[in-house]
Amino acid sequence: MTSSNKLNRFKVQGLLVFALVAFAAILAGCGGSDSGSGEVELVAYSTPQQAYEDHLEPAFGETDAGDGISFTNSFGASGDQSRAVEAGQGAGYVNFALETDITRLVDSGQVASTWRDNKYKGIVTNSVVSLVVRPGNPEGVESFQDLIDKDVEVVTPNPFTSGGARWNIMAIYGAAIEQGDNPEQALDKVKQVLSNAPAQPESARVALQAFIGGAGDVLLSYENEAIVAQTAGEDVEYVVPDDTILIEQPAAVTVDAPQAATDYLDYLWTDPAQEIWQEQGYRSVNPALLDKEKFPVPTGLFTIDDLGGWDKVATEFFDEENGSIAKINEELGVEGE
Amino acid sequence: MSSDAQAVEPAVSPAGGKPSRAGIRLPGAGDALNKGLVVTYLGLIVLLPLAAIATKSFEDGLGGFWNAVSSPQAVASLELTVTASLIVVAINAVMGTLIAWVLVRDNFRGKGVVNSVIDLPFALPTIVASLTLLVVYGKDSPVGINIAFTQAAVVVALLFVTLPFVVRAVQPLLLSIDRDMETAAESLGASKTRIFWRIIFPNLAPGIATGIALAFARALGEFGSLILISGNVPFKTEVSSVFIRGQIESDNLVGASAVSVVLLAISLLMLAFITFVQRRGSRHDQ
Repeated sequence: MTSSNKLNRFKVQGLLVFALVAFAAILAGCGGSDSGSGEVELVAYSTPQQAYEDHLEPAFGETDAGDGISFTNSFGASGDQSRAVEAGQGAGYVNFALETDITRLVDSGQVASTWRDNKYKGIVTNSVVSLVVRPGNPEGVESFQDLIDKDVEVVTPNPFTSGGARWNIMAIYGAAIEQGDNPEQALDKVKQVLSNAPAQPESARVALQAFIGGAGDVLLSYENEAIVAQTAGEDVEYVVPDDTILIEQPAAVTVDAPQAATDYLDYLWTDPAQEIWQEQGYRSVNPALLDKEKFPVPTGLFTIDDLGGWDKVATEFFDEENGSIAKINEELGVEGE
Repeated sequence: MSSDAQAVEPAVSPAGGKPSRAGIRLPGAGDALNKGLVVTYLGLIVLLPLAAIATKSFEDGLGGFWNAVSSPQAVASLELTVTASLIVVAINAVMGTLIAWVLVRDNFRGKGVVNSVIDLPFALPTIVASLTLLVVYGKDSPVGINIAFTQAAVVVALLFVTLPFVVRAVQPLLLSIDRDMETAAESLGASKTRIFWRIIFPNLAPGIATGIALAFARALGEFGSLILISGNVPFKTEVSSVFIRGQIESDNLVGASAVSVVLLAISLLMLAFITFVQRRGSRHDQ
C-alpha cells in the first residue's frame, strides 16, 4: 500500500467519524431541546419491578400521554433507592415501600411537600400484611395472636435492615391494640413474636427465600408478595388475618421531573392501571375498583394513621437507639444470654 | 487477584536470600512518575474512601463514636464477627495448607477439577452461596446437618467464602521449594516430622500468614453469604456487617461508619500482628 493510499483512507475514515459525531450531536440536540420530556426516570423499591416493566410501562405507551415516552428503570431496597435519589441519582418518578422514604426526599427539597395533595393522598397501591403458611396451613394460624398461642416459628425480615418489614411489626402491634390491648401489652406481643423468630432476614425477598428453603412455620409478608410467590409456582398459602394493617405504598414525582413523569403518575391512578396493579397482586387504592373476591377486606383493617402515622411511629418504634423495637431486641438479647 | 500478588511477593524474598531491594527499573516512564502514579491511584481508590469513613465516624465527636461502637447490640455483633473470623482463619490455616499440599505433592485423578473448584467460592455471587448453604445445611438438609440460623452457620458460610485465600497463597510457595533440601535432610537421618517443621513449614509460613490475613479481613466484612443462612437475629446471629446495614437503613451514617472503623482497625491489628510474627520468624532463622 502506498503512502498516498494510506492518507486517503485516513481522510475517508476521518470524514466518516466526523459525520457520525455530527449526526449524534444533532440527535442529542433534538432530544435536549424538543422532546426532553420523552423519558421517565423511574426509581422504585424492588417488588413491583415486574408490574412496571412487563405491564404498566407498555400499557402507558398505548395511551395518548404515554405515546413515545421511554423509561429508565432502577429497582432496589426501598431505603437504598431513596438514599440514592437523595445523593443525586436521576429520578423523575419514585415509588417506595413506605412513606418515610419519600419524606426523606421532601426534606432534601427533591419532592414537593404537597405530594400528598391529590385524590389518593400520594398512595399508588395498597396491600395488607398476611401470614404465609405451608400448604394446608398445618399450624392452623389465622391471626397474629395465633403466632403466640400456637407457639409457631416466625420468619420476618429484620425491621432495621428492611424498612418495608416495619409494616409487619406494626401489623402485630396494631392487631393487639384492635383486640383491646394497651400499648404496653401490644408491645409485649411483638416481643413474644420476635422471640420466636429464628431468622430475621435482611430483606423481604431474602425472607421469602429462607421460608421456601424450609425456615420457620409462618412468614410475615405483604399479600402481594405472597401472590407473586404463588404465581411463580411456590408451594405456599397465605392467610389474611381479620385484624391487620393496610399497607400504603406511596409514589411521587420529583420537583425537576419532566411532564411525562407527572403524566405517568396520573396514569397509574386511572382505572385501567389500577386493574393491572390488581392483576399483579396489589390492592387498588380506588375503593370502587377493589376486587373483593380476590382481596377480601379484613373486618378489623386498620391504617398506620390509626397508630399515629409514620413520622411518629418511625421515631417511637424504630429509632435504632431508643425505639421500642430496638429495646425489645436488647431485652431479648440479654434474656438469651 | 490480590491474593496472588501478595502470595508471590513474600515467596521470593525470605526463601531466596537477599536479592537487591530495588531490582530492575520499569521501562518507559521515569521512576518519579511511577511513584506519583502509584500514590495518586492508591489515594483515589483506597485512601480517600477510607479517610472519608474515618472522618464520618468522628462527625459527632469522640463521644458519638464511642456511643455508636459501645452500644450493646454493636458490641454483640462485633464479638460474634471477630470470634467467628478467628475460628475460620484457624481452620483455614490448617485445611488450606493441607489442600495446597495435596494439590501440589499428590497425583490423583481429577486433580485439575479439584484445583479449579477451589476458586468457585470467589466466582459465586455471595447471595447464591447463602442460598446454597441454606439448602444443604438447612431444615431439609440432604446430608442431615441442620445448622441454619445458628452461629455455626456463620462459621460455615465464612469458611466457604474464605477457602481460596490460604490455599492460593501457599500453593506457589510449595511449588517453589527446592526438593533437594528435603532429600538432603532425609539422607542425614531427619525424621519426616522434623523435615516438615524445620524445612518445609518455615518456607510456607509467609504464605499461610498472608492467607490468614486476607481471609480474616474478608471474614470481618462479609455480608452477602451470611444474610440468608445466619438468621440476622440481633444479639444472637447478627454479624457486624448486617448491624451496619441496619444503621444505614436507620440513616445513622455516623454509627455505621464508626463500627466500620472498628472492623478496619481490627483488620489492621491482625496485619500488624502477622507482620510482627513473620519478622520474628525470619530473624530466628538467621
